[in-house]
Amino acid sequence: MNNFEVIKENSKQCNIKISQRLDKDSIKAIYSKVKKIQNQKYSFVKIDCSGMASLDYVGALMIADLSATLCENKASVVVMGMNQDSQSLLLFARKNLRQKTKVKLLKENIFISPIIKAGQYAIDSIESFIFFLSFFGETVSKFFRIILTPWKFRYKATAVHIEKSGAQALPIVALTSFLVGLVIAYQGAEQLAKFGANIFIVDMVSISMFRELSPLIAAIVIAGRSASSYTAEIGTMKITEEIDAMRSMGFDPINFLVLPRILALLIAMPLIVFFADIVGVFGGMIVAKTSLGISYTEFIIRARDVVAVKHILIGLFKAPFFGLLIATVGCFRGFQVTGSTESIGHYTTISVVNAIFWVIACNALISVVLTEIGV
Amino acid sequence: MSNSIIKARDVTTKFGNKVVHDKISIDVKEGEVYGILGGSGSGKTTLLREMIMLQRFKSGSIEILGQRIGHLSHKQIVELKQNWSVLFQFGALYSSLNVIENVSIPLIEYTTLPKELIEEIALSKLKMAGLKKEATYLFPSELSGGMKKRAALARALAMDPKILFLDEPTSGLDPVGAENFDRLIRELASLLKLTVIIVTHDLHTIEHVLDRFCIIFEKKILFEGTLEEAKKFEHYAIKEFLKLERG
Repeated sequence: MNNFEVIKENSKQCNIKISQRLDKDSIKAIYSKVKKIQNQKYSFVKIDCSGMASLDYVGALMIADLSATLCENKASVVVMGMNQDSQSLLLFARKNLRQKTKVKLLKENIFISPIIKAGQYAIDSIESFIFFLSFFGETVSKFFRIILTPWKFRYKATAVHIEKSGAQALPIVALTSFLVGLVIAYQGAEQLAKFGANIFIVDMVSISMFRELSPLIAAIVIAGRSASSYTAEIGTMKITEEIDAMRSMGFDPINFLVLPRILALLIAMPLIVFFADIVGVFGGMIVAKTSLGISYTEFIIRARDVVAVKHILIGLFKAPFFGLLIATVGCFRGFQVTGSTESIGHYTTISVVNAIFWVIACNALISVVLTEIGV
Repeated sequence: MSNSIIKARDVTTKFGNKVVHDKISIDVKEGEVYGILGGSGSGKTTLLREMIMLQRFKSGSIEILGQRIGHLSHKQIVELKQNWSVLFQFGALYSSLNVIENVSIPLIEYTTLPKELIEEIALSKLKMAGLKKEATYLFPSELSGGMKKRAALARALAMDPKILFLDEPTSGLDPVGAENFDRLIRELASLLKLTVIIVTHDLHTIEHVLDRFCIIFEKKILFEGTLEEAKKFEHYAIKEFLKLERG
């Protein structure tokens, strides 16, 4: 089947005969021929469409483009034998033909571009850090202002966030904390049994859970759950212009969105940690009973005797810091979202990674400081 | 009289207990520009979404190009869907792709045309839709509302569909832009032999673009026909609608 026949009369003139169909299903086969004609220096080209049965927009566009290119190369083009419909379609295609704009692509230099990228990254990081400082400063100042005008505070929103980020997180916090308590006791039990120091399982599990592990586990779970949801919520609001709407109505987004979330986590985190303490130690108790034969009563009496209250208090003392950190990072990254839906995903990822990292870093710092001052 | 390209019969839609459509029937003929009119919340867009298989209806039937939707195999659905394209109210451009990629993507996915030609087609569709040259390589987040709409129209036209569904195409455009848009739709419909279904409020569109239309009122089709017929039809809702509604 040859629906695009090229008859070369001489080096200056050529006839093209189009027959049957010229549409987007049949064009692929003939496209190379079309390109070839475009590149040759003809001065007269006749396109005969009398045998053509059907033409669609793609075909019309191709003819329009072919004749335009030929005309640019100073050839005269005659299109003949078209029926009325095809003619108007071709006219329409001609009208809508748009030459490619040459886009200047900056060539990447493989030696310099890493330096440029590193520089760009550094500038972005500094900008983002300054933005964070101003965001945090604004939040703190708004917080003190709200203390002076407490009737303006959004109590209901705060309660909702305590429920969503706190109460609803309890099952997953319980499960992780329980498993960690269980695993620690399990690994410890084997070692302690070698020395016959079975009863020390109580000290080990209680102190490590109270002081370090429960706060950390709770914070990491909450960072994964709530930092991401805060970023995604606020980011979406930014894209749908909800935040702009708030600003234009004189509602302060910090008051409406940020403070309730931060306060919710400040309140909820110590409670979550306390809950994680109980469940974690309970996990240890089960292992102590099953593999070391220490009864629950024995465990509790021993814990009362040897575990100082300060360990629990230290764990609870850390919790609000973590809460503040997670909520602030989550909200801040949400406000950084711009334009596209992709940017929500981008900043949500960053927000969770940041929140978890800063929780761990902050935990290490507090540990060192407390140990140094001898608590 | 040409054949009906879309035939809806006794379509009933319910959201929970709320009835949205109560046994409505419409016919869209091949090659005509058909309007779905109605007040806010009357279920115009819902009816459109049911036709393009984005939403299920409770009972009744819709036939498009002779195929009864809801009783098709996956393969038939994919083939049928190639016959139409949709311009969503807010454009719904893919935010990870720039304008020309947005227009090219149906061509890349569904045809075997050479890359160069695809780019040419995409450029011409963008010109057709009236988008400025400078916007060709921008991302949707960098476009204004009107530009988004034009880019989305170019994408909807990319595959040369038989049926074009437009959801409030002129909302959010300036009056001049809206008028050009109306003229463009008319021109496209006659040149490319499109059947166009428009959900609209815009009085100018109703007067200058639509061949026939239906009005959804209180869950039923109150009227179906041409503007001349509508003007003769004695009903306060129609009178009010054709006088007051503005896009």
